[in-house]
Amino acid sequence: MNLTLVVWRQSGPNETGAFKTYQAKDVLPEMSFLEMLDFVNEDLIKAGDEPIQFDSDCREGICGSCGIVINGQAHGPLQGVATCQLYMRHFHDGDVISMEPWRAKAFPVVHDLVVNRSAFDRIIQSGGYTSAKTGKHAEANAILVPKEDQEAAMDNAACIGCGACVAACPNASASLFTAAKITHLAMLPQGQVERARRVKRMVERMDLEGFGNCSNIGECRAACPKEISIEAIAKMRSEYLRALGSTEAKED
Amino acid sequence: MSPLRQAMRSTVGKKVLMAITGLALTLFVIVHLAGNLQLFLKDGSKFNAYAHSLESLGGLLYVAEAGLLFFILAHAVNGILIKGSHWAARGDVRYSRYQTKGAPSRQNLSTQSMIVSGLTILGFLVVHISHFKFGPGVAEGYVTQIQGAEVRDLHRLVVETFRQPGWALGYMGVMVLLGLHLRHGFWSAFQSLGAMSPRLSPVISVIGVVLAVLLALGFLGIPAWILVDPMGVYR
Repeated sequence: MNLTLVVWRQSGPNETGAFKTYQAKDVLPEMSFLEMLDFVNEDLIKAGDEPIQFDSDCREGICGSCGIVINGQAHGPLQGVATCQLYMRHFHDGDVISMEPWRAKAFPVVHDLVVNRSAFDRIIQSGGYTSAKTGKHAEANAILVPKEDQEAAMDNAACIGCGACVAACPNASASLFTAAKITHLAMLPQGQVERARRVKRMVERMDLEGFGNCSNIGECRAACPKEISIEAIAKMRSEYLRALGSTEAKED
Repeated sequence: MSPLRQAMRSTVGKKVLMAITGLALTLFVIVHLAGNLQLFLKDGSKFNAYAHSLESLGGLLYVAEAGLLFFILAHAVNGILIKGSHWAARGDVRYSRYQTKGAPSRQNLSTQSMIVSGLTILGFLVVHISHFKFGPGVAEGYVTQIQGAEVRDLHRLVVETFRQPGWALGYMGVMVLLGLHLRHGFWSAFQSLGAMSPRLSPVISVIGVVLAVLLALGFLGIPAWILVDPMGVYR
């Protein structure tokens, strides 16, 4: 199939970007979206043009590297998939496809479709960890965790930090990401030590990075490749209110 | 900085404030409509007696009014500040194209128009209060008798106002916006307070829709009823 691509091109963080139109010829429906871009880039390189830059790593939906706003939707039209897992069979011959980077003040554009997501790393550094003993690992059944808690923790641990929640949110809020991390650790016995401090520090860091506030719209959930529920955001709020009364967070 | 002040500066704290003030105002709106349903009665004296009994509360009325004013201002100012932070957070370059992915996203007319419906209601309140609370009263000839005493004939003022299509239609329009605001706001308040679970969420959502429709229809019904006057009592 033949496609028209309208792609955001920006040669550096401080440069002014603009949309450029490209023709993608003989695209196969079996190609992933990123393979299609590789294919187009080969032609651009042969022609002496600069290839379209985009992030990618595992290409199997588990690393969180890729992410493009395709036709106004983060990771494209499907739910529950990252850009790498979106296949060209979901498009039609003659389609015009627009591509933009994640747009958020806290995610500055590095080049074309590549953005700097280190704001997420700093949120994790502020509290997204647990105190663990070093040395020989504990016996697996030494600490019992109820099945429901395990599952809830795992649902939230599925977050790959791709940033689609921020990209899709009308307010560019990082609430779903931050809440998923907080919920994941708050549900497990290993996460109890820093529980109150963690939520306070992570919310503080999230605010400091310049993300927007959450309007409870849930567009993040629809865009999340791991389909993490916005119940996590409610949990983040109750954790935050709970931490207000804790001496651990007060001393922090 | 005290923990509470720090919390109020956080995004989570701002939403908690939005939720508490919003729910308090929702409660007021329910009580307000319950009282105003008396405007559907053929006999205006019941409504006038009710209005007079509120006026006679004295000190308690001032406390209630001050509380209401505080909730309204806190809700409005906080909401405007939150909206401002959203604009800043998107950055200098905006999406050339933006589209919702649909359910389970709740993005719809109601969520998208919160700031518009909110600001409209705020502007409406200025007109509403200056017209009905501080508007023409006993001195301007709107007088009626309740148990021998001369009191304000608020019922006549309401009827005269809503017999004018401009006033009636304007009020009805704002009440549609109130319904839209509540449709998202009610559910959102519980989510902001962290009081949401998979089982509770759909229930709150349905209650929010029912509440929004009932309140909008109830308030909208008063000017519509008086304007159309199917029983010919207001003519």
